[in-house]
Amino acid sequence: MKKIEAIIKPFKLDEVKEALIGAGVVGMTISEVRGFGRQKGHTEMYRGGEYTIDFLPKMKVEVAVPDDRADTVIELIASAAKTGSIGDGKVFVSPLEDVVRIRTGEHGDSAL
Amino acid sequence: MRMNALIRRVRDLRTRVAGRIALALAVALVAALVGRGLAQDKPAEAPAASAAAPAPKPDPGGTATGGIADVPAKEAGKPTLVEVADAVGHNKVSINVMWTLLTGFLVMFMQAGFALAETGFTRARNVAHTMMMNFMVYAIGMTGYWIMGFALQMGGLGAIGTMGGAGVLDHEFTISLFGKDFGLWGLKGFFLAGSTYDVAVFTLFLFQMVFMDTAATIPTGAMAERWKFSSFCIYGFFISMITYPLFANWVWGGGWLSQLGKNFGLGHGYVDFAGSSVVHMVGGVTALAGALVLGPRLGKYNKDGTPNPIPGHNIPMAILGCFILAFGWFGFNPGSTLAGTDLRIAVIAVNTMLASASGAIFAMCYMWLRYGKPDPSMAANGMLAGLVAITAPCAFVSSFWAFVIGAVAGVLVCWSVFFIERTFKVDDPVGAISVHGTCGAWGVVSLGIFADGTYGDGFNSVQGTVRGVLYGDGSQLIAQIIGPITNFVFIFGASYVFFKVLDAVLGMRVSAADELEGLDVPEMGAHGYPEVHGPSTIVRGLAGTAASWTPAVPAGATTAERSR
Repeated sequence: MKKIEAIIKPFKLDEVKEALIGAGVVGMTISEVRGFGRQKGHTEMYRGGEYTIDFLPKMKVEVAVPDDRADTVIELIASAAKTGSIGDGKVFVSPLEDVVRIRTGEHGDSAL
Repeated sequence: MRMNALIRRVRDLRTRVAGRIALALAVALVAALVGRGLAQDKPAEAPAASAAAPAPKPDPGGTATGGIADVPAKEAGKPTLVEVADAVGHNKVSINVMWTLLTGFLVMFMQAGFALAETGFTRARNVAHTMMMNFMVYAIGMTGYWIMGFALQMGGLGAIGTMGGAGVLDHEFTISLFGKDFGLWGLKGFFLAGSTYDVAVFTLFLFQMVFMDTAATIPTGAMAERWKFSSFCIYGFFISMITYPLFANWVWGGGWLSQLGKNFGLGHGYVDFAGSSVVHMVGGVTALAGALVLGPRLGKYNKDGTPNPIPGHNIPMAILGCFILAFGWFGFNPGSTLAGTDLRIAVIAVNTMLASASGAIFAMCYMWLRYGKPDPSMAANGMLAGLVAITAPCAFVSSFWAFVIGAVAGVLVCWSVFFIERTFKVDDPVGAISVHGTCGAWGVVSLGIFADGTYGDGFNSVQGTVRGVLYGDGSQLIAQIIGPITNFVFIFGASYVFFKVLDAVLGMRVSAADELEGLDVPEMGAHGYPEVHGPSTIVRGLAGTAASWTPAVPAGATTAERSR
């Protein structure tokens, strides 16, 4: 199993969700996060003064998938979240040791 | 199974209730139609029944209601000339009292505008504290004003011209200088007791009290996010009982500034129609003294002295507050005639709205041209700046000059904000010092320039109308310059000393730790937005009852589980 964490632009969340559901992903977790990459935030104005926003608001989408589906899901997220401009985000993939469905106590792939 | 039966029963019940409602509506409709038929029949039948007394006729057009029968007279329907004159006089005063009370109610609502504007321009972790200052200043200020503020301000006014009245406010404390009387404060009307238990005095109290409270709530914006609440409470009594009433007495209560014309030939004396200086400059200058004593918010200035912007947490809230203030200003300025029968109120109201428009436009354009974007917070400040500036001259200038006065204020407020922040290094989160102090001073000076001589005959006991330097009376401008200088020297001096003493005795500023955490919990005991900044009370409540809580039936559950 793989855990896929995607940091995306907030307004791209719906497209990513639709793409994943269309590909048969049954569940996902999202959170509102803040961060920066190589661009290091941007500047804004308030009452004639400039200030820097270092941490820009992003969405983190987390999905757990069986190994054989991982490449498809990563591709789908990357294409759905892409605008082509700076700040599109990143996808992190890591191996997942186990999953437990709390209600039934199932483990592994069947708990996904 | 039991569940299914229950659902069916509920469904039946719903159908029955709907049926009954439909039936009731039908009955009501029939009753209304029958009633209407009867009502239309009646006039036709009535003359036959009693020919002597004609049936009462409705007046749907409203043209026949009110007439000679409504004039109080010994012989009903036949009032004497004296009785008619009495009724006319009573009506005139009634209209004036009504007008003054209603516009006073509008000004009271400006407290809500200040609360929203100040809270919107400050940070989310201080909202309960900022709101609480704006809320309690109303109650504290009113109490102090009732105890002695009103007496000091208005106790020597004499008769209130537009409200008849017996002239019970007749005791002014004066000193003699250069052979002239200098009125310093009034001494009648403490607790509104004794001979001041009078409708005209009470009307004046309500109107003047909401004006005083407008001044009192201005410093809470400039001093927000770091002011100790207990210290603020003491301040509420100070401004409402001492500084505001004294300056207001000198301008509006028959005191020495208003007599500069009569005593020294300076125009009509110092003229401030609705309070650019009496209300706004007092608030702005007090704010400057307080913000100086408090010092800037932590993190506002870098080590090299350059300022950091600290964005307000809620621009919609601040803009709504600004709009409420602009609405309340229709009470502030037109109400200051203290007379609904003085039709100059039309000119005053239009001048007021025009200056607010030009203030907003010029502040917006200035920021747009200079910084590339039409800054919403400065546009809001610009509208308020225009309103503050037009408050003194609103009754004496043409619409063109009103627009110009607002436009100048719109740019002036931007310059002033930058000067106060960058050069003077005083931290004013909402721009109160600039909006109310700087533009208040501009407002009274502008009167001395642009007053066009179409209004104000007999103002401050000086014959002739009020004229500025452009319309032939340069001495008026001198009076208009003496006023704000007096205001600054007295209000700044007294407030600075007061805040310094308060700082030494009680402490003006919260601890650095409290300030960094946000004042809501350390000062108020509660977050303004608990679900954003604190632990969720809802989750805690659920945790307490977890044992008795049954989960919703999960989608994958069996039929047996579902009907359990």
